[in-house]
Amino acid sequence: MNLHAVQAIYRFEMARMARTLLQSIVSPVISTSLYFVVFGAAIGSRITEIGGVSYGAFIVPGLTMLMLLTQSVSNASFGIYFPRFSRTIYEILSAPVSYFEVVLGYVGAAATKSIILGLIILATASLFVPLEIAHPVWMLVFLLLTAVTFSLLGFIIGIWADNFEKLQLVPLLIITPLAFLGGSFYSVDMLPPFWQTVTLFNPVVYLISGFRWSFYDIADVSVGASLAMITVFLGLCLALVGWIFKTGYRLKA
Amino acid sequence: MNRKSSVALRRAERDLAHAQEASLLESVRLRPVISVSNLSKTYASGFHALKNINLEVRRGEIFALLGPNGAGKTTLISIICGIVNPGEGTVLADGHDIVTEYRAARFKIGLVPQELTTDAFETVWDTVSFSRRLFGRRANPGYIEKVLKDLSLWDKKDSKLITLSGGMKRRVLIAKALSHEPEILFLDEPTAGVDVDLRREMWQLVRALRASGVTIVLTTHYIEEAEEMADRVGVISEGELILVEDKAELMHKLGRKRLILQLKGPLERIPSALAAHTLELAADGHELVYTYDPQDERTDITALLGDLNEAGIRFKDLRTKQSSLEEIFVSLLRETRR
Ligand SMILES: Nc1ncnc2c1ncn2[C@@H]1O[C@H](COP(=O)(O)OP(=O)(O)O)[C@@H](O)[C@H]1O
Ligand SMILES: [Mg+2]
Repeated sequence: MNLHAVQAIYRFEMARMARTLLQSIVSPVISTSLYFVVFGAAIGSRITEIGGVSYGAFIVPGLTMLMLLTQSVSNASFGIYFPRFSRTIYEILSAPVSYFEVVLGYVGAAATKSIILGLIILATASLFVPLEIAHPVWMLVFLLLTAVTFSLLGFIIGIWADNFEKLQLVPLLIITPLAFLGGSFYSVDMLPPFWQTVTLFNPVVYLISGFRWSFYDIADVSVGASLAMITVFLGLCLALVGWIFKTGYRLKA
Repeated sequence: MNRKSSVALRRAERDLAHAQEASLLESVRLRPVISVSNLSKTYASGFHALKNINLEVRRGEIFALLGPNGAGKTTLISIICGIVNPGEGTVLADGHDIVTEYRAARFKIGLVPQELTTDAFETVWDTVSFSRRLFGRRANPGYIEKVLKDLSLWDKKDSKLITLSGGMKRRVLIAKALSHEPEILFLDEPTAGVDVDLRREMWQLVRALRASGVTIVLTTHYIEEAEEMADRVGVISEGELILVEDKAELMHKLGRKRLILQLKGPLERIPSALAAHTLELAADGHELVYTYDPQDERTDITALLGDLNEAGIRFKDLRTKQSSLEEIFVSLLRETRR
């Protein structure tokens, strides 16, 4: 295994993120704070608690997931899209690296960054509301699995996209709505029965539910279902990445 | 067995091992460093970019791949370097198959692409160090320093790539390609669109690299460049490798020139007194065209001019014309098809 290469790619990506620190850390933190002010304070004054948890605290896991999903996708997609766009990818393609090593470098860096970001957001949230974490290990497991899975999805989008619009559209048109409708700001059982059923087809529901369970021991769907869902999704992404590299899709003519 | 004979036996064994090792080394040295067999490539568009290419590059030489734009030069070296999927056929780099043993093959190769594709905000030092590690070598600041100094990039080591001129970017790409100490260096059109001074500099650099033991494959569409640099030349046109030859041979073949004489009065046909020269009439008899090979012993322009004078043929102007690459390719292609 060419560990030198994995490390080189990983460090390159982390350095790139460090250069754009403002936009990659500060802006998500600011927007999360805004959500707290708007949703936590304004709505929180009407809905006092859900399942025994104050509304402000209730939305923290969902909000963190929302940021985790969008940031994982956008980091990872940009990370691989940019060398394709600038054609510097020739070097990666001509290097003695396996596809697995390339993915490890790019996706590893993107996931690292979103995990750091997730922890920063949790820390920010703890300034607004009292946070308790019932299952810290599971909390980290959900954080890690979600960051890796959605970084993989971002990597796939970054390879598929052939222009900047597509690169930005997918997170905007798919990820954000799924996350909003996935129970970030409400409990699924607050919806009418029809919409409850529809919601169960949204994979993000399972992530948010599992993640929230690790905090407050309350869940919309069973924890097992949450874990199974994310594992299936991870498997799908891995299979897709494998196929991309095997065929050279959008990478090699 | 006594002690003396056992010492002799051991010595004989050692000599034998040395001899075997030497012959192994010799066979490695003689083995082509790049070997392309029956390579064809059809792009997804259906375009047939390479047609059954067979080529061997010798260790330590400068090999020039000469051909007009669109001939397939970049396609060929992109396949060897792993950037484009090979179609049919096999490629070995220092004996390693580029598909099944891609790690070993690519480790031996450095590539300087045709386009100046660099990052923007990285420094020279960082981008070259990155390349070395990407190719699986442990960091070695001393070596990177040497490469940058050899390429006169040392005082730019902390500059961001975006601030560099085109010529300097090209040298950064060369530094990146050399960073992992490859045995074979591919240079895709290193001097296309470069002014004369930079071109000369590049030629010197390539020679210095060869002297350091690196095998060099460069592509070009300039005959002069192939003439200046190469030990051997492969001519490629429309995806076909038309010929591979020693430079001296090829230059001889390509070296046809034409002397065009503009006549004061038109001629209807060439006077028999001039039959000894290879002459043709052009422009409705207003021009007399003499085709010759400047390297050929038999070429004698003085005699031709003397004969013209004696025949009373006057001319008001004259010019010579090197056969253009295009014409040469067409004629070569016609010859090989025949
Ligand atoms: N990805 C591609 N898809 C389809 N055709 C291509 C592709 N890349 C190159 N070609 C075509 O293949 C031919 C050879 O291109 P190339 O190898 O770049 O030539 P050269 O380097 O000799 O100028 C050209 O006609 C070019 O248009
Ligand atoms: Mg080319």
